[in-house]
Amino acid sequence: MSDIAALPDLLERCREICAQHGNRPDALIEILHAVQAERGFLADDALKGIAHALNISRAEIYGVVTFYHDFRREPPPAHIVKLCRAEACQAVGSEELARHAEARLLGHPSVALEAVYCLGNCALGPAAMVDGELKARLTPAAFDALVETLEAKA
Amino acid sequence: MSAVRIFVPVDAAAQSVGANEVAAVIAREAAARGVTIDLVRNGSRGMLWLEPLVEVETVAGRIAYGPVAADDVSSLFDADFHLGGAHPLSLGPTEAIPYLAKQERLCFARCGVIDPLSLADYETHGGLAGLRCALAMQPQEVVAEITDSGLRGRGGAGFPTGIKWKTALEQQAEQKYVCANADEGDSGTFADRMLMEGDPFALIEGMAIAGHAIGADKGYIYIRSEYPHAVATMRRAVEIWHAAALSNFRVEIRMGGGAYICGEESSMLDSIEGKRGQVRAKPPIPATSGLFGKPTVVNNVLTLAAVGDIMANGAAHYRDFGMGRSRGTQAFQLAGDVARGGLVEKAFGVTLRELIEDFGGGTRSGRPLRAVQAGGPLGAYIPASRLDIEMDYEVLAGAGAMLGHGGIVLFNDSVDMAKQARFAFEFCAIESCGKCTPCRIGAVRGKEVMDKVIAGEDRESNLALVEDLCEIMTDGSLCAMGGLTPMPVLSALRHFPEDFGRE
Repeated sequence: MSDIAALPDLLERCREICAQHGNRPDALIEILHAVQAERGFLADDALKGIAHALNISRAEIYGVVTFYHDFRREPPPAHIVKLCRAEACQAVGSEELARHAEARLLGHPSVALEAVYCLGNCALGPAAMVDGELKARLTPAAFDALVETLEAKA
Repeated sequence: MSAVRIFVPVDAAAQSVGANEVAAVIAREAAARGVTIDLVRNGSRGMLWLEPLVEVETVAGRIAYGPVAADDVSSLFDADFHLGGAHPLSLGPTEAIPYLAKQERLCFARCGVIDPLSLADYETHGGLAGLRCALAMQPQEVVAEITDSGLRGRGGAGFPTGIKWKTALEQQAEQKYVCANADEGDSGTFADRMLMEGDPFALIEGMAIAGHAIGADKGYIYIRSEYPHAVATMRRAVEIWHAAALSNFRVEIRMGGGAYICGEESSMLDSIEGKRGQVRAKPPIPATSGLFGKPTVVNNVLTLAAVGDIMANGAAHYRDFGMGRSRGTQAFQLAGDVARGGLVEKAFGVTLRELIEDFGGGTRSGRPLRAVQAGGPLGAYIPASRLDIEMDYEVLAGAGAMLGHGGIVLFNDSVDMAKQARFAFEFCAIESCGKCTPCRIGAVRGKEVMDKVIAGEDRESNLALVEDLCEIMTDGSLCAMGGLTPMPVLSALRHFPEDFGRE
């Protein structure tokens, strides 16, 4: 990922994405999502390119990027498991599952564990979002099987 | 013979238990057996414990099978399920399943029934009638109709929708906006998601009606990024709606950035403007100065989705449901440790016990129910001994609880209420926008003090500190995030003192 992000066309690409959004400053969050979806994270040059195209300061963009949990300033791991830690999943054992998951993924080279507060799958918890796919009724055994599938992909 | 219509939900919850695999296997198996089918990816009926719920259209109506696993498909075809044949997974006619039959579905009447992205299906099942009715009326008449219906904001605050619209209508401005709040961040709620994935045009129609009523030709739908399926469905639905040129109302979708606070309306407006989602001080209210400083109506998804039905069937029809000042229906969502989790749309006045026992069937784990959190992370914990309470804005408020967005989370007897109280502070600390001090600092201090209470350190004086802190947060916070975090904390302390080391 870092290689792609370091490509010299990042600035140019950011200008293109901003232009697709009419260079409207109010579309900033949409633009940040679009750049991150393509590059995996928001490098300094991305912020620079967007600031230039929208004619707003880099400080303003930095403020927005750091406010929202979704945006990354570093290259992402190959796989991301977002485990729901909110009340409805707590009620069906998500905290025990989280402890298991933390132990299982401690220092893992390609799978990162993140907390998320509600995925809207509250009747079928514990829930998780695995590389964008929603999962339900997770148990420690099901979690391990999931991780093995991801490892096989990596 | 014409193609058999088979429905396999495309709803995210259904996908999470294998609906896509089931759909693929059904298509493959049908082709191998030479059976011509028309596979429809519908929304969910809301009986989530039965997902993937496969339905077949027969001369006798739709027959349901569930929960269907990919491995079951072959035996389903052996049993001629595509003709409604008997099978151990058969649930009989879908509409006769008690969970569904006992509901009063107005807002969710089409969800799970139609192809979500078929405008023709939408219209066949009553869609667009409300918009046509509204467009033939003067804006003031539409506002009067909504006011008469008694509809109140379904996001949680319960503010009368008609009054909000009237305020926006009375403003003189060259541009006004309608914003749909689809930042459904409360744990235990998924009704907005289900509606956007299962009946997206209902939301757009409601917005177009609101636009006509207040004089706005532009709207935004702000959807949380944790709902990628809903975002994708709504984006396509908006394209289809625009292409059909049904009115001059234009809609833009904005995806959030994973911040709970953006469900607060003024934070949401800042976020739509491309800024940090920080709460604005009120006044001015959005209806006079909202998005880009223009008069703006901000309504929850379910509020807007109820509007089409009200305009089509009249205010009286809607108002006849409900009790007291809570008119119409509410989409309750049963979640957590519940046997039959899902969506239950009922008129206000239904008791918590009916929802939990008759619909929910008690806990999924089989352990005794101990507590229920109603109304999301900022809602009160209600003990299992007080389930006879009626679901009504005023009754709940009188009991120190709230309806919120209709989420009901069941906890069994293994729950530690002191830990839940600590979590309420922790969540507030993580999600506070940071603008006001009681919320930003109070949440962190609350978590620290609860850690001491849980460790058994100087309990009584620390609990007194928690109560004091809660008073400051309630009275001094800028919005409901800091203002209501004390509700779960204090309700847990009040109803479950033994978990806090108090007798």
